[in-house]
Amino acid sequence: MSGPLLKVENLRIELTTRDGVCPVIDDLSFELEHGENLSFVGESGCGKSMTALAIMGLLPEGVGRVAAGSITFDGEELTTASRPRLRDIRGNEISMIFQEPMTSLNPVYTIGEQIAEVLRAHQGLSQKAAWDMAVELLDAVRIPNAKGRVGDYPFQMSGGQRQRVMIAMALACQPKILIADEPTTALDVTVQAQIFDLLRDLRKDTGTSIILITHDMGAVAEMAERMIVMYAGRGAEIGPVDQIIDHARHPYTKGLISCVPHIVDTLTDERARLTEVPGIVPGLAEFGRDMCLFASRCGMRVERCLQERPPMQDFENGQRAACWRAEEV
Amino acid sequence: MTETPQMPEMPEESIPKVRHPAAEAWEMFARNHAAVVGLIVLILITLGAVFGPMLYPTDPFDMVWAPFSPPGQEGFLLGTDYLGRDLLAMIINGARVSLIIGLAAAVVSIFIGVTIGALAGFYRGWVEEALMRFTEFFQVLPTLLFSMVIVALFGASLPMITLAIGIVSWTAVARITRSEFLRIRELEYVMASRASGAKNMKLMFRVILPNALPPIIVQSALMVGSAILFEAGLSFLGLTDPNVVSWGQIIGSNRQYILDASYTVTIPGLAIFITVLAISLVGDGLNDALNPKLRQR
Repeated sequence: MSGPLLKVENLRIELTTRDGVCPVIDDLSFELEHGENLSFVGESGCGKSMTALAIMGLLPEGVGRVAAGSITFDGEELTTASRPRLRDIRGNEISMIFQEPMTSLNPVYTIGEQIAEVLRAHQGLSQKAAWDMAVELLDAVRIPNAKGRVGDYPFQMSGGQRQRVMIAMALACQPKILIADEPTTALDVTVQAQIFDLLRDLRKDTGTSIILITHDMGAVAEMAERMIVMYAGRGAEIGPVDQIIDHARHPYTKGLISCVPHIVDTLTDERARLTEVPGIVPGLAEFGRDMCLFASRCGMRVERCLQERPPMQDFENGQRAACWRAEEV
Repeated sequence: MTETPQMPEMPEESIPKVRHPAAEAWEMFARNHAAVVGLIVLILITLGAVFGPMLYPTDPFDMVWAPFSPPGQEGFLLGTDYLGRDLLAMIINGARVSLIIGLAAAVVSIFIGVTIGALAGFYRGWVEEALMRFTEFFQVLPTLLFSMVIVALFGASLPMITLAIGIVSWTAVARITRSEFLRIRELEYVMASRASGAKNMKLMFRVILPNALPPIIVQSALMVGSAILFEAGLSFLGLTDPNVVSWGQIIGSNRQYILDASYTVTIPGLAIFITVLAISLVGDGLNDALNPKLRQR
């Protein structure tokens, strides 16, 4: 196959709010290769989840819409695809796991029924075959005693186990893309590590591309090949993970990386203060402006940042950053 | 994050011992003693309605003795009515009719109410507007009058009476269903189902509806009681199927003799009272058991 698996070009998503129409995603472009792990990083409200929902065709009805740009999946345009076609793709070729494993499973059905349902809907498997497959999948996501637990209800499982069930459900039809929207935010640290291990191993086995949405720089460093730093609905920086961590080209990325706490060997009374990126993400009403939206929080601000929106600037190593002073960062 | 050490058996997060929701619900129900009494009474009444006519095979339409024989005398436990019919046989046979009409009317109104409420709550927008205005139209109709018109126009047969009661009493179910749908459609597992490609019909009736059931069940239980009352009201007014006995009909046909032979009215009245009370108590117990908001009372 040629070309990227997923190609998003100049995507603009508008939300209709009480204050008018705001672009929550503004001119975002990126590509996802076969078998690649791409991470979205950024603070809450930067449009990471919106991007994911747009790819799935699940923008909140009547509120959000794709205003411009294109999303091409395997050569097929998704923004203009029919509803039945999108339904076919969802869960089958692109699937998604959510942030809250405690509430993402339907409480009235057993986990086996829920996994089997996806298989029956998309693959046309018989009841029996789908059930057997569900057991296999539970085994694949390392639920111990899968055969005995397939008939359990979600309330009988812990958070980590439920997230595994969600992963099993998402991978049931061997999708080409798995979107994981902060899959570990609600879990314990130890369980987080297990889930990431699982996702990495599954990717190795199945070749599924993963879009990982997260706050966790550590997870990005461990999981992803490339990352996109989002800020206020715009791409701030795109590039290979190791290079970005090595030398960020956008002050925001730099700030995010320095926010990650390091465990030091000696605990003294004078521990290093955690650094932070001062200020907050601007409100939706600010989103459309022709300026650098990060300017108000940026230590390197110059006059130009307030007057013109910086375009994406290419670097030789494949990194791209939207900053007027990217070379100096 | 460092490499997690490889362990031979992955230490699974301990599985919390959680009791099945059904067991928990039963416990909450059992804690409401009045509801348990109601349930026992209701079971007895149901058994009486099902097996009574076989154990006490007197035809309720037969004139078996002189009219107005008081209860306990001449071998008739509940006496005879103004035509000399055995009141006990009438009560037993009437229980069948009253319970069947109560249940069937509840089923009709649940069917209408759930369909309309589900569509309104799921699709929102103009569908919701139109359906809720339609519901309000039915809410403000004088119910007894409207059902009388239906029965008077289309004939007083059991199915028509059932339908008439169902048609005038579905509005509460529709409103409850809609509000539950509005709440549940925003929950994550509905989004997750959408993300796995579920069709709207499946989302509505296989994903959302089972989770919306508890308050609907409570409402339906109470509706069986009010349907029985409604039927009694209609038959008291004479709008009843002449080929069957119902409790309201016994009261209606004996009402002229209320001063001379008050038991002919009191006994079927008590039967209605006890049955509806039992159903209400059970409904209250179901509310305790199924409505999580009231759990921490």
